Amino acid sequence: MTNAIEVSDLVKTFGRTRALDGLDLSVATGEVHGFLGPNGAGKSTTIRVLLGLLRADSGRAVMLDGDPWNDAVPLHRRLAYVPGEVNLWPNLTGGEVIDLIGRLRGGLDRRWRDELLQRFELDPTKKGRTYSKGNRQKVALVAALAADAELLILDEPTSGLDPLMGAVFQDTIRELTQGGRTVLLSSHILAEVEALCDRVSIIRLGRTVESGTLAEMRHLTRTSIAVETERPVDGLTSLPGVHHPHVDGTRARFDVDTARLDGVLKFVTDLGVRSLTSQPPTLEELFLRHYGDELAELEGRPSPDGSATDGPAANAGVGR
Amino acid sequence: MSATGATLAGPPPAGAGLASAPARGTTLTGTWALVRFILRRDRVRLVLWIVGITLLVLSTAASIEGLYPTQADLDKAAQTANDNAALIALNAPSYALDTLGGQAVFNVGSFGYVVMALMGMFLVGRHTRADEESERTELLRATVLGRNAPVTAVLVVAAGAFTVLGGLITLSMLSQDLPAAGSVLYGAAMGAFGLLFACVTAVTVQVTEHNRTALGFAGVVLAASYLLRAVGDVGDGTLSWASPMGWAQAARPYAGERWWTLLLLAAAAIVCVAVAFSLLGVRDLGGGLMPPRPGPPVASAALVGSPLGLPFRLQRAGVAAWTVGLGLAGVSYGSVGQDVHDLIGNNSAFEDIIAQGGGSLTDAFFRTALLMMALIAGGFAISSTLRLRSEETGGRAEPVLAAALGRTRWVTSYVAVALAGSLALMLAAGLGMGLTYGVAVGDVGGQVGSLVGAAVAFVPALWVLVGVTLVLFGFAPRATAAAWAALAACFVIGLFAELFDLPGWVVDLSPFQHVPAMPAQGFALGPVLALTAVAAGLIAAGVLGFRRRDAGY
Repeated sequence: MTNAIEVSDLVKTFGRTRALDGLDLSVATGEVHGFLGPNGAGKSTTIRVLLGLLRADSGRAVMLDGDPWNDAVPLHRRLAYVPGEVNLWPNLTGGEVIDLIGRLRGGLDRRWRDELLQRFELDPTKKGRTYSKGNRQKVALVAALAADAELLILDEPTSGLDPLMGAVFQDTIRELTQGGRTVLLSSHILAEVEALCDRVSIIRLGRTVESGTLAEMRHLTRTSIAVETERPVDGLTSLPGVHHPHVDGTRARFDVDTARLDGVLKFVTDLGVRSLTSQPPTLEELFLRHYGDELAELEGRPSPDGSATDGPAANAGVGR
Repeated sequence: MSATGATLAGPPPAGAGLASAPARGTTLTGTWALVRFILRRDRVRLVLWIVGITLLVLSTAASIEGLYPTQADLDKAAQTANDNAALIALNAPSYALDTLGGQAVFNVGSFGYVVMALMGMFLVGRHTRADEESERTELLRATVLGRNAPVTAVLVVAAGAFTVLGGLITLSMLSQDLPAAGSVLYGAAMGAFGLLFACVTAVTVQVTEHNRTALGFAGVVLAASYLLRAVGDVGDGTLSWASPMGWAQAARPYAGERWWTLLLLAAAAIVCVAVAFSLLGVRDLGGGLMPPRPGPPVASAALVGSPLGLPFRLQRAGVAAWTVGLGLAGVSYGSVGQDVHDLIGNNSAFEDIIAQGGGSLTDAFFRTALLMMALIAGGFAISSTLRLRSEETGGRAEPVLAAALGRTRWVTSYVAVALAGSLALMLAAGLGMGLTYGVAVGDVGGQVGSLVGAAVAFVPALWVLVGVTLVLFGFAPRATAAAWAALAACFVIGLFAELFDLPGWVVDLSPFQHVPAMPAQGFALGPVLALTAVAAGLIAAGVLGFRRRDAGY
């Protein structure tokens, strides 16, 4: 089996709320998999099902060739987890918590633990209640990364960390994955996902809406182009794949489907390019597009082509 | 951001809101808003407390007349109780026990005052340190809110609640055609005592960083004032004047009212508020009086060596405090035992009771005292088991369960601490009692053995409470607070069964009623084994329930 995590058609309800509604997720062994979705989409619920903390109503979930609910203990020896919200025991020190979690998982490498403490600049002698949010997060991170685990399940692991520590985190993850570890990374920091992940799944309302490599997904998005030409830009609007054209004589701004980029660029270069700037699609746009569509759907109106990327609804989507 | 209507509505100019408010904010600013907020949060909780305590007093007062229908009955009861040091130590000093009012006050007794104090303690702790500990206060204090406002607001609510409750107690007494002056004084004394402990808690929450510990400190003050008056009331009464509960009872409702003793309660309350305010002025938000110290950078072998390490570490201070507390209670009761012993000779009215109980009066006293302490230890058994729930809802169970620790082992490690802790508590109670009484009667070895045995006989009943709590945790995690209702029911059955004339099957529901009545009667293996088996069954069911349900919500 090459997939570390294989989830299909997973359903989990809480009373009337359908937190997971037929979710699919597959994470190949050895990859870093980004797990994206707006707040309340079901990311943490999925992770808790995988950890055997919640019992799914229906559907199939296989992790490291085991059943997350029935084989919880043997599976947990092989994985490490960073919760989205870190709560520490107020009267235990950070060092004690790291050792405790490590020992419960089956032991940790003390030298690697101390190395991680240094990298993250974490004081292990402080009590749980005296840590700031970022430092609590670091305690959970060191506890998880210090474990010699095949699979790392990280639920928004860098929320509360400063950018410097975010970079330390990324370096450490890269180091760890070179050894063949698998990572499931739920995150809101899209730059981090772009920097680390091989493949990405986007979920909303408990369902997977998009899954694939970043390259594949970029293919589905648009590149923004601003161009100034020698001859007036005529006929741009009729080209396939062009959206939101703003033409003003020899200047034009427009978005183009990445799949149609080649043809559009040929058209433009024929007009004699004086200047051209292009912005590649970011994961953020991808994310906004999916969430923007969702908002439009929720409001019961059809999603007009392209409006989701720049409408007010899309802006609302990033509000955290 | 947005334009509404015909005119553009922009943000107000900076400082516009301040123009009308002069820089006159005090440490009490925002108190009234908080008062409304507390009433909103606690509207159900407060009503339950008030109704519950009113019903306790009303039903006790109402049952007296049925118990003693004629003045001759009252006279006989008074004669019995006046010389019964055991009853006086447990309940209250004996004032005018040949009247219905005196009997009602005596029967509600110290238990009524303890319940009033608990209401005040929980109310204040919940709205001060508990909020501060969970950083909710930070959110509020960042608004226009004075430093002393949260404490003042909760004390204002407490004052209102105890006024209402005191009034209802007065009405309850009046409804039984008891004299007006005594009824008003009794309501006032009960209310004032509750309010005083609200103020005591307002001090203890300033001292420690944890609500649990703060309530523990207030509980120590309460226990001390109960024990001081117990020893004082049995002796010459001097020690009772060192106890706030003694002051409240010295008001003597229906027995030559002494209103001025309420002034002692009021003065103590004012001192507490002043101390609380001055401590608030010097400490940091979220901090206590002691600066946090750094701890060990690595975990000890004891902490990580076994699944028991964490639950024991989390509760060791609590178990130690409970053990010392019950040991001291045992010491106090044991020291009173000598007085009870001396009284037997000159008390003819007790021969009936002695004959009924099948043992000496001292034995009967120790039996009742042990029952009281076992019921109190029930509070430990339940709160220790509920630690599982607070770990779960606090999000701290998640990383532990996500490690290679099975659910059964996680649950049983906490249950083990609750079971072993219950045993330690009762051992300490029996030991304290046996030592002091043994020294007094010159038979340390024999008394320690017999009273420790009698105390430990209650342990299986405590284990049943652990089991009941665990079944709730396993099957109805949102209703775990019902475990406290079970303990309250055991209290009522244990202390008021005869007074309320409860049917036998109801009395049998309490595990404490099945404990062999040692030292008066011998050890009986049957009930002890049965209680242990019930406890084991309940615990097993609770574990199974937890294994099947979602964790973390």
